[in-house]
Amino acid sequence: MICEGQKIPTLLNRITDYKAKLILDDGSIFEGKGFGFPTSVSGEIVFNTGMVGYTETLTDPSYRGQILCFTYPSIGNYGVPSQKELDDFGLPKYFESERIQIRGLIVNNLSNVSSHWSCERTLDQWLFDEKIPGVCDVDTRELTKKIRSNGVMSAKIVMDKSESQNDESFDYDSYNFMPEVSISRPTYYGKESSPKIVLIDTGTKYSIIRNLLRIGFQVIRMPWDSSIDQVMLYNPTGVVLSNGPGDPIVCKATIETASKLIERSIPTLGICLGNQILALAGGAKTHKLKFGHRGQNKSCLDLVSDHTIITSQNHGYGIESESLDKTDFEVWFTNTDDKTIEGIKHREKPIIAVQFHPEASPGPDDCLYVFDKFKDLVKTYGIVAP
Amino acid sequence: MKEEGISSVLINPNIATIQTDSKFADKVYLLPINRNFVEQVIEIERPDSIMLSFGGQTALNCGVDLYESEVLRKYDVHVLNTSVEGIKLTEDRQEFKDAMVKSTVPVLDSATAYSYEEALRVSKEISFPVIIRVAYTLGGRGGGVAYNEYDLQEIVQRGLSLSMVHQVLIEKYVGEWKQIEYEVMRDSVGNNVIICNMENVLGMKVHTGDNIVVAPSQTLNNREYHMLRDAALRATTYCKINGECNIQFGLNPTSDEYCAIEINARLSRSSALASKATGYPLAYMAAKIGLGYTLPELVNTITKVTSACFEPALDYMVVKMPRWDFRKFELVKRKLGSAMKSVGEVMAIGKNFEEVIQKAIRMCEIGKDGLVANNGDEDEYASITKQIENSKANHDTSVIEKIEYSLIHPDDEIIFNVVRAIKVGFSINRINKLSSIDPWFLIKIKNVIDKENELKNSKFDLHLIEESKKIGFSDKQVGRCLNLQEDQVREFRKKFGITPVVKQIDTLAAEWPAKTNYLYLTYNGKSDDLSYSNSTEDRSIIVLGAGPYRIGSSVEFDWATVNMVFGLRKNGVNNISIINCNPETVSTDYDVPDRLYFEELTLERVLDIYEKENPKGLVACVGGQSANNLVSKLSKYDVQILGTSSKDVDNAEDRSKFSHLLDVLGIKQPPWKMFTNLDESKRFANTEGYPVLVRPSYVLSGAAMKVVWSEIQLEQFILEASSVSPDYPIVISKFLEEASEVEVDAIGGTNEIVIGSIIEHIDNAGIHSGDAMMCVPPWRLNREIMETIIEYTVKIGKALNVKGPLNIQYLVKDNEVYVIEANVRASRSMPFVSKFYDLNLIELAAGSILGHGFPTIDNEHWLKKSGFGIKVPQFSFMQLEGADIVLGVEMQSTGEVACFGNSFYDALSKSYLAAGYSLPTAGAALITIGGTKNKEKLLPIVSLISALGFKILATEHTAEYFKKSGIENVELVYKISEPERHPNILPLLTERKINFIINIPSTSTIEKYVGMLYDEYQIRRKAVEMGVPVLTTVESTISFVKTLEWTKHNKPTVRPMDSY
Repeated sequence: MICEGQKIPTLLNRITDYKAKLILDDGSIFEGKGFGFPTSVSGEIVFNTGMVGYTETLTDPSYRGQILCFTYPSIGNYGVPSQKELDDFGLPKYFESERIQIRGLIVNNLSNVSSHWSCERTLDQWLFDEKIPGVCDVDTRELTKKIRSNGVMSAKIVMDKSESQNDESFDYDSYNFMPEVSISRPTYYGKESSPKIVLIDTGTKYSIIRNLLRIGFQVIRMPWDSSIDQVMLYNPTGVVLSNGPGDPIVCKATIETASKLIERSIPTLGICLGNQILALAGGAKTHKLKFGHRGQNKSCLDLVSDHTIITSQNHGYGIESESLDKTDFEVWFTNTDDKTIEGIKHREKPIIAVQFHPEASPGPDDCLYVFDKFKDLVKTYGIVAP
Repeated sequence: MKEEGISSVLINPNIATIQTDSKFADKVYLLPINRNFVEQVIEIERPDSIMLSFGGQTALNCGVDLYESEVLRKYDVHVLNTSVEGIKLTEDRQEFKDAMVKSTVPVLDSATAYSYEEALRVSKEISFPVIIRVAYTLGGRGGGVAYNEYDLQEIVQRGLSLSMVHQVLIEKYVGEWKQIEYEVMRDSVGNNVIICNMENVLGMKVHTGDNIVVAPSQTLNNREYHMLRDAALRATTYCKINGECNIQFGLNPTSDEYCAIEINARLSRSSALASKATGYPLAYMAAKIGLGYTLPELVNTITKVTSACFEPALDYMVVKMPRWDFRKFELVKRKLGSAMKSVGEVMAIGKNFEEVIQKAIRMCEIGKDGLVANNGDEDEYASITKQIENSKANHDTSVIEKIEYSLIHPDDEIIFNVVRAIKVGFSINRINKLSSIDPWFLIKIKNVIDKENELKNSKFDLHLIEESKKIGFSDKQVGRCLNLQEDQVREFRKKFGITPVVKQIDTLAAEWPAKTNYLYLTYNGKSDDLSYSNSTEDRSIIVLGAGPYRIGSSVEFDWATVNMVFGLRKNGVNNISIINCNPETVSTDYDVPDRLYFEELTLERVLDIYEKENPKGLVACVGGQSANNLVSKLSKYDVQILGTSSKDVDNAEDRSKFSHLLDVLGIKQPPWKMFTNLDESKRFANTEGYPVLVRPSYVLSGAAMKVVWSEIQLEQFILEASSVSPDYPIVISKFLEEASEVEVDAIGGTNEIVIGSIIEHIDNAGIHSGDAMMCVPPWRLNREIMETIIEYTVKIGKALNVKGPLNIQYLVKDNEVYVIEANVRASRSMPFVSKFYDLNLIELAAGSILGHGFPTIDNEHWLKKSGFGIKVPQFSFMQLEGADIVLGVEMQSTGEVACFGNSFYDALSKSYLAAGYSLPTAGAALITIGGTKNKEKLLPIVSLISALGFKILATEHTAEYFKKSGIENVELVYKISEPERHPNILPLLTERKINFIINIPSTSTIEKYVGMLYDEYQIRRKAVEMGVPVLTTVESTISFVKTLEWTKHNKPTVRPMDSY
């Protein structure tokens, strides 16, 4: 419902009145009310501690296959802006991909009103339109504590008014999300006259493309399983390995290409999943974290500058510290709280990677300088485009 | 600092705060915060460094002064945290603007002005409306919004006179924008984080101190949140902030346009709120950073394992609601704007806005139970509806216009005016346009109204009751909607399992395990974060705090609450919970008790907590009158009250019972009687003779009390008073004129009363004890009177079986002692007495409520002390536009200071300075005295003023009288209401040619509004605005002038508190 003639659009949720349940693999049940699309789903249950940015978060392809719980209690306050609203680079301004990526949403208090100058629909309506179920009125703090102490696990959303009864369980860890999140053929962004960067898309966020364009590159977005030859066909001055969902070892083709990039000393930046892929390609190991890092308040120490920065994070896997010792990579960033690896760089070659999200969106912009660092590497070591 | 082994010296004349207790800083100086005294302390103590950012604007201004006058360089004292150069960048308006431009942070069109002419020119350039800000002032003092030249002249002139540097900033006014604040922590190597952001519900229109503030921001999306976050970090990096600072932004509600408004390079009220809202101890961390630590080196004090270099993630929402006390001041303008007028605040924690705002309203203790379903709401709504119907018929738009006006020009009722507007059918769109309150908040308020309607139209519907509880309805509200009593609702919902859960505040939304004891209750959850044991061993003790600061209940009860906790610990109790909701206090620091419930002090919530905790007992005698008032209700639920029993509390509070007790004990009291009708009252007053004091029972700080001088007045007042508290009849007592007032602070134990001290008021009776200057030990009373007072105190204390604090107020007239009242709770003066005699009365009380005996204390210890302590009230008349400053039986002061001295005047001179009086050494005094008797009494003082070299300016009758009496240097001046006659008072005042004013209404008008002359009011008001001392009673005039005489020949002593 839209209140007519209002300078600040104010929208109310649809009235839904059916019960819903979140059932965890360990048997615990969280009861609440259903919203969004009335369907039952299963996925890996994770939590995010960010207090703003649900449009960016929900469309982040790294959340593919997951049921997401926001720890912040009041969600939906500012509604959902238009997907047609584009930024200076022609990318949707408030979104990180073209659709909602999560399987289901869990919140404590779904705001019944959305109000913002940019808002076009309510969060509830958006979920409905994209056929994603949500459960509200859940004791999200209790749920978070459960995930924190028992680790992430599979979970099911069961709706009272469900249209489809989805009882099949889902194994997140072995699932290959790549066909779902990557593109099928190369796509071009930016001015043709600019130096070229190949972005290997393992589920990239728009903001990675945005930032590469911002610092003056042309971007060629390529499928996740592109071979080194396919990549080199474009004569890129550098390569970026994107973020994405799932266990990195599933992305065998990407790891293979990454190891060739290292071999050929191509200036490369890995982000999130890209960081793990580079580590694997370099001979290190990755492992699943108990409940991951998902939020916008994570402090990381830059071992080069000795500065601590606040980063936006979303990852369930990480690099094993000891395994890195035997490789040509060294630690660049560490997590201030649990000392896990948050970034690596090659000892000799122009190859860097970060586990957090320098492109932010959602989250703080403190680490945008990672892109500038990459640009410097490209300038110094890159093959100059013809 | 203590943790680092650094010794500290604290300078602060605020006597009632826990901060000036001897257990914190190594040395405490109770002295005025100004260059003169601070320099003397530096000279004595030779400190290595100085911290300027923890004492608000007062300390910051003093620091800048010390720096600029080279004092700091002379003694080689380093400034810790942000440097003075950095402070000046944020304080000087032009420098601030330049700094923002250089850090690519937009600012509003503005210019500084040093004169009215200049101000007018720039205002025209910027175009009206403009906002005027005054450089280097606190709480937006002196600023305002000018819609035209007339407003501009008034505000600019006042502003220039208030500014330390005679500078004002004229800025474009963006009242309809959002007001967003960020709290920044930054260390010396440049690590910086945002601890909290906050959104002001009333937008830019209202000063953040008077705004309803929600944390985190609710209506900002990710882009806006981080755009402002980035700007905050850029701006504070440029200003080289070290430690903590607050930055305010304006944000256009219809685009992403924004601007920086100001930076406070110090801990502020907002920082205190942010600390409580997040659990991140900003002041503690800022101190460590000042001492050289970097943020990553510090540890999150809640998790004890994670780093302090992070940004707290909240999994709850908080609302801060201000508490105003306008009803204490007649003539005051209640309108909210750019100058802060509230006297206190509360913070509510919950999961959704509806829940927290309703909790916050209850916490304010303004007689409301929430947004809706309040006592009397139904009648009021019916009457408005009728008015609107009538006006529709008559084509009269005035009722609607009145509501519109109330939304455009917010006052302390704004949130209830929004409810009113929604109820009478205003659209959300219209309310948003008028009030500039974001539609998001308006719809949330409407949700509560809708739920009220649903409840009213329902039969007992459990689901609906549960939904109501989730959006913050109290049992009282639910009961009102369902025609049930509060206790019936409680009983029903407990039977059906509708109970709140306890949740922790842990700074990181449960991501890390934290053994935090910082708690709140909500209905939006299914499980408690804590598990409560059923064991009978080591059961807890709950201590009730005092709720929001307000006139009559302020920081002294925080002192008492904290000392009670410390005292209980000293007596071996190691499981203590505090319930309180005031974010400005130490009692709500989570490291003070074993568990902190940041919660309402309502019967419902205290019982909820009591039932969870199953404690040994509950202490209600340190939380002021509001905690005390809960005692009888709690007793009905079998709550174990520690200390004086509920029955004895009632015996002291109930006037008839107390009076009867005094009669039995053979102790005198002024004649009084209780009435339920007017005719009897009149008969009594005529028999006893006017003036009489009229008041309802159960009062605090003189609310609704009045001295009346005639039958007409009595009639008027009784009608008003009975509307204040319909459950209680009114009491009329004979008002004794020219009596002196005396108090005793004491502690009762098993069959024993320990005397803290007799405290003598400097002013005569008739001025509320909270507004009176007072002195320990007494300096005018004779031995015999003192013995009588002590004897009475012991008798009354024993008769009331007092276990814990006791305060009795007496009148002394013609060598007779009369009892006014007894309070069996901590009193306002206890911190003063405790500190002066170095005998912590509340610690003694803690022992006594546990049934432990007292240590041996000589009951005349207070008489044997040399030196004097004098407590002087601090008023906020400057901020309260329009308020008259003449004191009466209603308390009006908002704080107090006390200084100690070798002699009476040694102490008094410092106390005057500390309370903000200037003590002029030369110049002119304006004297207007009503009534011959007063003129006679003051003749010697006026001749002393003249002898001290002051020129005496007087209005017609006063001038004539003094000239006739042979006083030299008397000059005739004319009233403000006769502007054509010169020399006139008004220009003399604005040109600063008057240094102090004696303005005493005649005796029969001592009660402030009787025959108040508008002209005299104007003089007092103007004087306050110009910062000129005004003396309005004979006694205060005598002490002030004698202090001037003393300072002419003596220098006040500068010594630590414990050396007197």
